[in-house]
Amino acid sequence: MDTDRIVQAVAAATGEVFSTMLGTEAALAQPYRERMPNVSDGVVAFIGLAGKWTGTGMISCPPSLACRLASLLLMAEYAPGGDAVSEDVLDAVAEIANMIIGNVKNLLEEELGPMGMSIPTVIFGRNFTTRSVGQGDWTVVPFECEGQRLEVRICLAPARDPAPVRHGFQAPDYVELR
Amino acid sequence: MPLDVLIVDDSAAIRKILQRVLRQADVDVGQVYEAGDGLEALETLKRHKVHLVLADVNMPNMNGIQLLAQIKAHAEWASLPVIMVTTEGSQSKVMEAAQLGAAGYIRKPFSAEQIKDKLANLF
Repeated sequence: MDTDRIVQAVAAATGEVFSTMLGTEAALAQPYRERMPNVSDGVVAFIGLAGKWTGTGMISCPPSLACRLASLLLMAEYAPGGDAVSEDVLDAVAEIANMIIGNVKNLLEEELGPMGMSIPTVIFGRNFTTRSVGQGDWTVVPFECEGQRLEVRICLAPARDPAPVRHGFQAPDYVELR
Repeated sequence: MPLDVLIVDDSAAIRKILQRVLRQADVDVGQVYEAGDGLEALETLKRHKVHLVLADVNMPNMNGIQLLAQIKAHAEWASLPVIMVTTEGSQSKVMEAAQLGAAGYIRKPFSAEQIKDKLANLF
């Protein structure tokens, strides 16, 4: 899968979600690739993708940005400037991930064929280890938003034995968290 | 007459946003009911009469397409307008929803104007 195509899809999907649902902008920074997702702190939401191509989409950001994004999405104040992360904030980040990764999926399906998406899982913590047992590198697309950093990661590889796609009922890719 | 609405989405955030958008869209909204998946939605419909259902597609337990099929197969609810509000944008899902009788398909992210336009065509 062409990295530029993934970056293009992530940039388009993230830009649309930020402008339409959050009323703010996310400025694209320099994308890069990594073997394992280098995420160990903050709020992380990930979603499994499965079809002829399979993998995971992930968004991550510091708690303060998660609170700010939740405030913009839900039009309520969530711990401005603080580190507290409530259920509403986690739910908001999960939904933002769902919209961004879902629209990336919609854009990439033109080339990769139909893919199913799992329900988002969201994690908040510090000093954790993230490990992916899937093959292939992760494409990391960072954004600057209101002086903070949001990262969108995508890892996709051809499925060895693709199962028929049943939308909404796919198991997520395996990510081990310690 | 105020419009009683059932919002079906596993995301509490989206349920809140849709409630707000409905009220912003100059719709005379009456009672708003919420459900976290298709099964909860069916239970709510058994207890409450509504004029409109807004349903996500990707949900646990019973997804939005299965919910739509159940509603359209039920004599009492068959004429109830169901609008799918979802990230799922694949053509096959849009076609499936249309064939099952969905009154509309709104893709997330959505604007208040999109919701308003869709409702203006229905009511």
